[in-house]
Amino acid sequence: MANNYDAIVIGGGHNGLIHAAYLARAGKKVVVLERRHLVGGAAVTEEIVPGFKFTEFSYVVSLLRPEIIRDLELPKHGLTILPLPSTFTPMDNGDYLAAWDDHDKTRREIWRHSPKDADAYDAYSRAMARMAMAVKPILSMIPPDPTSLSPKDLFGLLKLGGHAGSLSEKDFHNLAKLMTMSAADLLEEWFELDPLKGTKSASGIIGTFLGPRSPGTAYVLLHHYMGEIDGAFRAWGFAKGGTGGISNSIASSARALGVEVRLNASVAHVIVKGGRAVGVALENGDELYAKTISSSLDPKRTFLKLIEPRHLPDDFLTAIKRYRTRGSSGKVNLALSELPDFTALPGVGPLHRGAISISPSIEYIERAYDAAKYGDLPARPYIDSILPSMIDPDMAPPGQHVMSCFVQYAPYHLNGGWDDAKREAFGDSVVDTLAQYAPNLKRAIIGRQVLVPPDIERITGLTEGNIFAGELALHQLFFLRPAPGYTDYRTPIRGFWQCGSGTHPGGGIMGANGRLAALEVLKG
Amino acid sequence: MSTKYDAIIIGAGHNGLTTAAYLARAGQRVLVLERRDVVGGSVVTESPWPGYRVDTLQHFGGLRPDIVRDLDLARFGLTTTRVGLTALQPGGGALELGSGGGARAQAIGAFNRTDAERWPAFTALMAKVAGFLNEVYAAPFPRVPQIDAAEAPALAQLGLKLRGLGKKDMIEAVRVLPMSMLELLDEWFESDLLRGALAARGVHGLMQGPMGAGTAFLFLHLWANNDSLFQTRVKGGAGALSEALAQAATGFGAELRLGAEVAQVKLSGDRAAGVVLANGEEITAQRVVSALDPRRTFLGLVGPDALDPEFVWATQNIKLRGCVAKVNLALDGLPTFTGVTDAGLRGALTLSPSLNDLERAYDAAKYGGLSERPYLEVSLPTLAEPGLAPDGKHLLSVHMQFAPYRGEQADWATRIEAIVVNALAQLAPDLPGRILHSQVLTPRDLETRFGLSEGNLYHGEMMLDQILFMRPLSGWAQHRTPIENLYLCGPGTHPGGGVSGASGRNAARQILKDQKA
Amino acid sequence: MLLGTPFHARTQPLNEAQVWRRWSGYLAAGAYELTHEREYWAIRNAAALIDVSPLLKYHVHGPDAARLLDRMVTRDVSRLGVGRVLYTPWCDTEGKVIDDGTITRLDAQRFRLTAAEPNYRWLSMNAVGLDVTVEDVSSQVASLALQGPKSRLILNACAADSLDGLAYFRVTHTRVGGVPVTISRTGYTGDLGYELWCDARDAVAVWDTLMTAGAAYGITPTGILALDIARVEAGLIMLDVDYTSAHVATIPEQKSSPFELNLGWAVDLKKAARFVGRKALAAEKTSGSAWQMVGLEIEWPNLERLFWEEGLPPRIPNTTVRASIPLSSLGRQVGYASSSCWSPLLKKYIALAHVEAAHAKPGDLLMFEIMVQHKHRYTPARVVPLPFFNPERKRE
Repeated sequence: MANNYDAIVIGGGHNGLIHAAYLARAGKKVVVLERRHLVGGAAVTEEIVPGFKFTEFSYVVSLLRPEIIRDLELPKHGLTILPLPSTFTPMDNGDYLAAWDDHDKTRREIWRHSPKDADAYDAYSRAMARMAMAVKPILSMIPPDPTSLSPKDLFGLLKLGGHAGSLSEKDFHNLAKLMTMSAADLLEEWFELDPLKGTKSASGIIGTFLGPRSPGTAYVLLHHYMGEIDGAFRAWGFAKGGTGGISNSIASSARALGVEVRLNASVAHVIVKGGRAVGVALENGDELYAKTISSSLDPKRTFLKLIEPRHLPDDFLTAIKRYRTRGSSGKVNLALSELPDFTALPGVGPLHRGAISISPSIEYIERAYDAAKYGDLPARPYIDSILPSMIDPDMAPPGQHVMSCFVQYAPYHLNGGWDDAKREAFGDSVVDTLAQYAPNLKRAIIGRQVLVPPDIERITGLTEGNIFAGELALHQLFFLRPAPGYTDYRTPIRGFWQCGSGTHPGGGIMGANGRLAALEVLKG
Repeated sequence: MSTKYDAIIIGAGHNGLTTAAYLARAGQRVLVLERRDVVGGSVVTESPWPGYRVDTLQHFGGLRPDIVRDLDLARFGLTTTRVGLTALQPGGGALELGSGGGARAQAIGAFNRTDAERWPAFTALMAKVAGFLNEVYAAPFPRVPQIDAAEAPALAQLGLKLRGLGKKDMIEAVRVLPMSMLELLDEWFESDLLRGALAARGVHGLMQGPMGAGTAFLFLHLWANNDSLFQTRVKGGAGALSEALAQAATGFGAELRLGAEVAQVKLSGDRAAGVVLANGEEITAQRVVSALDPRRTFLGLVGPDALDPEFVWATQNIKLRGCVAKVNLALDGLPTFTGVTDAGLRGALTLSPSLNDLERAYDAAKYGGLSERPYLEVSLPTLAEPGLAPDGKHLLSVHMQFAPYRGEQADWATRIEAIVVNALAQLAPDLPGRILHSQVLTPRDLETRFGLSEGNLYHGEMMLDQILFMRPLSGWAQHRTPIENLYLCGPGTHPGGGVSGASGRNAARQILKDQKA
Repeated sequence: MLLGTPFHARTQPLNEAQVWRRWSGYLAAGAYELTHEREYWAIRNAAALIDVSPLLKYHVHGPDAARLLDRMVTRDVSRLGVGRVLYTPWCDTEGKVIDDGTITRLDAQRFRLTAAEPNYRWLSMNAVGLDVTVEDVSSQVASLALQGPKSRLILNACAADSLDGLAYFRVTHTRVGGVPVTISRTGYTGDLGYELWCDARDAVAVWDTLMTAGAAYGITPTGILALDIARVEAGLIMLDVDYTSAHVATIPEQKSSPFELNLGWAVDLKKAARFVGRKALAAEKTSGSAWQMVGLEIEWPNLERLFWEEGLPPRIPNTTVRASIPLSSLGRQVGYASSSCWSPLLKKYIALAHVEAAHAKPGDLLMFEIMVQHKHRYTPARVVPLPFFNPERKRE
């Protein structure tokens, strides 16, 4: 067998690249196979309108693990995470609510609307930070198989039990509640202000096919607080060069560690011999062989497209088939001749350097969900926008801007199916919604890119365009992600591993999956 | 301090009576105080019209078989029959799931062949998971995560039972419980009517649509309560169950006072020392056990003054969003439900034609509105027991969802009746012309009449964050309260809502255990 | 931009260095002059005018106003007469201090509560079931502290009524500069002094009147650096410096009970109302507290010697150090000082310290960590009763 590698990694997204880099760091000869002409998967920056760089899909760095940044020396390879300090929510009454980068300033801003919420805001933040501390160890833990009696799993269960036991009763219960509540119920316990509840609840529904009143959405709110306990490290931010900047820095680090990154190398299937994965066959007919193969693609694509069903046990196949991946979000990227001017707070100001959230109330978002759950497009969607060119001037020609709008909900299974007209109608609804608050937006638009779930699927390969490579629902987390018994990154096929967001601890630009999987592969 | 009673039970609902009976059986001197002139709480049969015996609120219900056995309730006339479940199809026709035997799969097969094939495996799995829940429900939930030595064996045993399900079923149990009915049913069935009928059980009495996570839990909880998907009917009306319990309790020596409304729990320092009645009378006891919901108990009878602010806040945050309205109709004859057999009519009828219909009904309620196309659970008790109505007359009893407590308007009773009658007329066109009497109870009426906070049937929504060790409140799942000697025994405690008596029995166990300690 | 207080129009031009500190979201002068020394001496020798408007202020009114406060704080509010003020801490369920402040009974059903941190939510949580209204009036009520031996003379010179009859911890309503002002005989300096409360819109008028009337008595606008020294001399604790609020603490070790903060005198276990934390405090009273807040005097001769050994004169900070300084006994750490400063009046290096109960007796000797020429050293410090300075004029 020619062109022998120690490891083949399928998919050059951030998890695939991180996985490859950690393997190479341990002395393995590794090749990453990326279908597209550039690395990054859903973390890519492309110049769709000449001169304007769009951070096409994912747009903020959420929880990139600090140990990965250090281990792979990413800053040396160009990683620069810039602060995204504020959130601005225009309200329907012409006012606005903002969370600024300073505690006193934010407190005063909330107090202006509700003294009660200004107080509750601090108490809530402290409660959430405590919960984040309680959850954090679980995120870096390989989920044990609770049904197994193997020493490894029993040890894992003990560790988990020990962790639970180390929490105070109050924290344990709060955590249990948080895991099962709806974002709306949680927030209504604390706050009265609609735009505050709306904006906070939005972070609970991003990437899920759920509304803020759906149980299970409260937990995701925690992610916002994870970063705060990482010490001085600013976990939420915008990467210089867009999320593609992150991918490029990881790729550069990986290459420096000896990883071969092959672009335009689409894998057709995994070659399995005698129950063992031995290599991959590319679309162009080439075959590559290696001791281990890791897939960073989502579980459905990995097991239903790359592997012949006969190599997989029935139970496992059933589990993968019913693994839910409904895409629910779209992206609208705009090239602008000028900044949007918000009637609620006119002029250029700090609001343009942070997130702009169209989430005037929980009801607003819930109604958008109501439309989507029956397969329709909401008339007024939830939008989370940033202006990357305000943070990194290289993103647009001088004086001009790019605006990245994450939009929910856009159901993958749209009634009557998606077509160009519906895609444009979706784009229009986003621009119209924003223009209600910033009327100059329409005339400022020089170019736009509208991406709906089928586009996301087509371009990034994510099944049904689900940005987390599988819904973050309670029954798809921890030792159930992606399938019971296979949460330690192994698969039913020897020598075949998974390292993408479809594994524990889930999606977002976290990188934990790729790293933890690499550590498992290295253990053998 | 010498008092006449070991325990005062506040509220003679079926849980209060169950606690009373168990305590009295153990030799305790027990006094049960009931505000109304009739026992039973929401499990009561009354005569709003001469000659009729109407199940005012609950129209089905059984108790855990061990309670029936322990208290020898058959001796006090408790007779129950398992009834079938029939899904009504608007425009006529129905899916009759029967109540047992192999006919079910055949009936399903008439709608969808694949569904019929999957039915046995589905029910087997659900029965297993519900069986496991029933084991969990057999005792107060251990205190977690710092389990004390006395409770460790109980928890270990639960762990073993879970493992006893076998690897595959155990994973399935853990996986299924937090699911939504949509997610659960997507894995099994295609037929809208079947999915609607099953999903309805997952949202019964709950302010959630079937797309909400955790509705599969309620589905399984109700399955566990009934030990089956199918419910049971009590001979003589649901109230006969409460009557039997009352007789058992008094038979064991408990004293029962009707028309005795408790105004407050009397405190001596941080301990409960008795109760004060609305008429000013004070009665002392070693222990006070409240069968009322936790919010009413703590904020109403104890008062926030005696409780810590965090506890008060948590109590205020118990979700109790009532969403069921009750409609009782007296009819001058049996309405013609086209395409439904007589056997079908004798059981529970559900109008929930599809999962989306249920979800849409919930959508309206979410924003405080009434669902114009509601979910109905219907019972025609007079078919099996004609004696409940005058000769030739019939009763029709309806649980209507969703009627959200928080959106209630003055005209809702009228509107709810119109909506229900209109929906029923689609199934039995002659029904509107047959109505002799009607009674509508909105969630606010349920609150006033039965003392249910916000009209919530379960004394606290059966949602994932309000069950097991989180019911009624984190850290207080063992029936105890921050007030020493004050206990809770209603369905607001673990294991929770529905007619089963489990909360009442577990509370009695805990009280007896604490007394020994 | 941080907010200016209602006195900002006057304080801003006076601030010679234009250096401002942050106080609850407001700009507060550290010192008006380039050094705070004269301002300190104004407190002890003449009259210091201190803008304390950033304090949080709540109005609690309604039939159950007294019940609410009584339920929340550790002292007996039911027995507080109209026109009286009390100082009190308040606790969480575990009997750990959340905050401390003063309660003024303005009339039968109306109180003012001051606090260091926001307490609106906590007040609301305690108000469930009570017929009471809580208002955050922090930004509507301006407050000035006039502290020092000459403060009474100044007020008598400009207030509509004489202050001679106003006893310690009492309050009166009068007019200053033609505007209504409430004056309480309270303060944070341990000296003779008053606090003036007025509508924020009248603030400048009150300031101007006081400055004019006070000119003859050496009135001195004073910043918080001088105040910080005076309050340590007076043995008065400060939230976030000398203790962590139970609502903010992450771990139990960060919390303190009133007993541990030397506030046992302010815990009334016999009062009729059940108050938050009573059970835990009663238990602590029985079993004893693990920690104790004490005064420390760092012994000078040894300190001087340590510096001399390096060829240096003794060097100690001239402002209050708000940082934790380890204390040890026989080589084991037994506590920490939370505020320490050089007392210009007493000519002593003093500190407020948390020590294990076994080391809290007056006279106990502890080792205090100091940095001498970049080297860690320990020097003896003796436990002394608090306060360090308590002049007769404060109360008389």
